[in-house]
Amino acid sequence: MAESAASSDVALAGRRALRRYSRHLLIPEVGLAGQERLLASRALVVGAGGLGSPVLQYLAAAGVGRIGIVDDDTVDETNLQRQTIFATADIGRAKVEVAGERVRAINPHVAVDPYRLRFDAGTARELVRAYDVVVDCTDRFATRYLVNDACVLESKPDVFGSIFRFDGQVSVFGWDGGPCYRCLFPTAPLPGTVPTCAEGGVLGVLAGIVGAFAANEAMKVLLGIGSVLSGRLLVVDALGGHVREIAFERDPQCALCGRAPTITGVVPEPDEPEIPAGDDAVAPERLDAMLRTATLLDVREPHERALGVIEGALCIPASQLEARLHELDSAKTYVVACRIGQVSRWAVQRLRDAGFRRVLHLHGGLLAYALTHDDFSFF
Amino acid sequence: MRVLAFARLRELLGGGEVHVAIADGSTVADLVRQLAGHRAEHTAALSASRVARNGRLAGLDEVLGEDDEIALLPPVGGG
Repeated sequence: MAESAASSDVALAGRRALRRYSRHLLIPEVGLAGQERLLASRALVVGAGGLGSPVLQYLAAAGVGRIGIVDDDTVDETNLQRQTIFATADIGRAKVEVAGERVRAINPHVAVDPYRLRFDAGTARELVRAYDVVVDCTDRFATRYLVNDACVLESKPDVFGSIFRFDGQVSVFGWDGGPCYRCLFPTAPLPGTVPTCAEGGVLGVLAGIVGAFAANEAMKVLLGIGSVLSGRLLVVDALGGHVREIAFERDPQCALCGRAPTITGVVPEPDEPEIPAGDDAVAPERLDAMLRTATLLDVREPHERALGVIEGALCIPASQLEARLHELDSAKTYVVACRIGQVSRWAVQRLRDAGFRRVLHLHGGLLAYALTHDDFSFF
Repeated sequence: MRVLAFARLRELLGGGEVHVAIADGSTVADLVRQLAGHRAEHTAALSASRVARNGRLAGLDEVLGEDDEIALLPPVGGG
């Protein structure tokens, strides 16, 4: 009897589920097999904010069987203009707790894993490993690179969405041999050089548009249908009402997924580079004189070299420095230069740690040099 | 040529779409330097961005044509 009651419960639950997902079942590309696939799949949403709100709501409604939510923050009044998963009464509560409640309220069949923590190098790979797809809804570049790196290293697709004012970007990285975020933007912009939404603002509805695009990509990846946005960057212009597409390829020089990767594990964010004593910094107006005896070591990444390259410079991107130390001669004097004079400080420290004694860095980077030298000879 | 600017570069370049006259044989890097015009903030923002030419990510040494459409793509990190 008990067995029969149990099986009729299952049948009843099955019929209710069929009713809940009936509009999916009617689509040939989804159907019963696709819905079962969704119910058995696991998605990790990193960041429960503007993008996380629509992503969590649509993945929950669609019946993605297990949803992990990572966020260490609490709901703030300034979130409510775009983070539609939260209500006014939620101010001050942990985001993962509220988002988890909301997901369960939308669809009680979904299992929720709330992680009230910052997605960092210590947890990244373990978290990513437990899911089939990761949706990057974070708001910090450092975390975005960490999500990308962990996904590539664990062979998991990284659905990327990002927003600023009226502009959004969407892509899927590390999917089916496709490029990663570092193939597009090899290194994170330095802190303070790209304004955040907190500094520059963001149109609330843009989070909905870009988040819905990201949720759509996650669905396609999980279902194995359609044309996934791999090797394509969707550029959303909410002000002009345009969505453009930029094609890009896997970069053979990529430090993470290229031919000779130098990033082989997730690393903690570097601390703010130490500012060396004044004597270690070369003022831009002194560089020409210095280079009569010293060698310029240009550590900019290839995509940063729009300013041009100074003749005679040795170019080793910072991302390859560790692997290419053997190309340097510890008896020589080097002036290390980057774009704006921050990465070079880090590089000087690395070189000192490796036993190089005669290393200086160009204050303000090649940007400062170019701005003070109208005759800067580009070639 | 038609140059589309997004995110941070919209305000720096004075709009989402600007028309720029380039010298014959100009490369992507030449265009970036021309747009930066020795202004620190512009140069910093442009050198952190990628350039797409006719819907495809372009290398800095690609030679441009007057009919090309350029998109300047700064990294966007908000969420």
